[in-house]
Amino acid sequence: MTPLLSVHDITKRYGAHIGCADVSFDLYPGEVMGIVGESGSGKSTLLNCMAGHLRPDAGSVVFDTRGHGPRDTVTMSEPERRMLSRTDWAFVHQHARDGLRMGVSAGGNVGERLMAVGARHYGEIRSKAVDWLDRVEIDAGRVDDRPTTFSGGMQQRLQIARNLVTGPRLVFMDEPTGGLDVSVQARLLDLLRGLVRDMGLSAIIVTHDLAVVRLLADRLMVMKDGHVVENGLTDQVLDDPQHAYTQLLVSSVLQV
Amino acid sequence: MTPSSEYNFAYLDEQTKRMIRRAILKGLAIPGYQVPFASREMPMPYGWGTGGVQVSAAVLTPDDRFKVIDQGADDTTNAVSIRTFFERTAGVATTTATPEATVIQTRHRIPEVPLTEGQILVYQVPIPEPLRFLEPRESETRKMHSLEEYGLMHVKLYEDISRHGHIATSYAYPVKVEARYVMDPSPIPKFDNPKLGDCPAIQLFGAGREQRIYALPPYTKVVSLDFEDHPFEATKADHPCGLCGANDSYLDEVIVDDAGGRMFVCSDTDYCEGRQSDGHRGKDAA
Repeated sequence: MTPLLSVHDITKRYGAHIGCADVSFDLYPGEVMGIVGESGSGKSTLLNCMAGHLRPDAGSVVFDTRGHGPRDTVTMSEPERRMLSRTDWAFVHQHARDGLRMGVSAGGNVGERLMAVGARHYGEIRSKAVDWLDRVEIDAGRVDDRPTTFSGGMQQRLQIARNLVTGPRLVFMDEPTGGLDVSVQARLLDLLRGLVRDMGLSAIIVTHDLAVVRLLADRLMVMKDGHVVENGLTDQVLDDPQHAYTQLLVSSVLQV
Repeated sequence: MTPSSEYNFAYLDEQTKRMIRRAILKGLAIPGYQVPFASREMPMPYGWGTGGVQVSAAVLTPDDRFKVIDQGADDTTNAVSIRTFFERTAGVATTTATPEATVIQTRHRIPEVPLTEGQILVYQVPIPEPLRFLEPRESETRKMHSLEEYGLMHVKLYEDISRHGHIATSYAYPVKVEARYVMDPSPIPKFDNPKLGDCPAIQLFGAGREQRIYALPPYTKVVSLDFEDHPFEATKADHPCGLCGANDSYLDEVIVDDAGGRMFVCSDTDYCEGRQSDGHRGKDAA
């Protein structure tokens, strides 16, 4: 089977600082990969390099495109990369405000990606938007309200709907549950898990919350100081951590 | 009025006019593309037509006959002062009759009388970037133009329909030029949008503060953006003109007393006067 995303030796430096160094892995269709580590460990740098927001200094990110098979997205032309990022890719930001247009109604937010790929029928765009609001458990009656009137959890769900409406195959998530209270987090995780399973999505989730990866991720990568220190199946890494840092990380989680 | 000898012909120096002409030629070569130019300080405030005046200065020749309209009218402050400006600095002949003019500078209207080959229509543009209110970053809007990413423009129209039930944008209605660039036609009413396309005259757009020039060469294909199930409509007030009785012209609504009295009159004063002198009368005509 061809990996959906194949990352080879990604390195990104900020001057003398290392953002992330020599990261390689394969992600297969339908697989959810978690990346954990403390702040400054290079998780977000790595995610942004993979999603095309940052240009890595070295390495390749090969994505299995629908039309042309595996292509290196680092060397691909910008129009092609941007096309990918609004069709086959989705990016869920930690802060919903970064991923939403706050001055545009919920329906317009969901419809934007559809219109960006050429949808020009208002009725169809709107019914798709209403359908997606329903799937992320937002009342269809709020389709014309602006996200500024939504709670934090609703904004995050709206951001997810907006990203998934074009049926992407790979979702990048940067701390999707950060800043939400625990009961809202639980609902969001439940929703995400359902969507990932139903749509057969592949996802890369960056987080520092081990509970999130325990619930969502099939595989886990632990990063420290820009390097991957341990990776493997989620349960295996969390239940039997080998590296000293992973052991520290797992033992730091508060047990209630 | 005799031209003042203290100014170069049409106020601007020749090097500046060359620079503006180069921008105009580039704009004509790439219809709808916003060409940056080194806009000069003009003896009038930004927002009063500094872009249009610079473009007019660059295209005027001593043989031209110049007309200025402001919201369709030849006799408002802005129109009168710009007309006088070029009478003084260029000594060109001026007129208020659309068919006689060779260069027409306009603020927010296209004349009702169809334009002909050989005429130049110069628009004053406040905000040349149609995507500006949706995407504030200039670096990003440039990228969107170059990559033809115009989905956002439809988000604005979507918002209109979801809020008002129809596309409520009634002026500065975005158009697509030759199936390539999305362009802001300056704040003309959308009633005028169909006149942009396939027009025999040259249309030049100048934005002084924003330092952009763009252009439509004659007979360019211009399409107003819309949805399949909410097609573009060129709307106007559903009345005849109170003075000349015209049913086909764009109307201004004028409040005439404190008791809610109002009348609708042609915004194009030259068109209205022409019809009245041909004997047409509306219901409010004295």
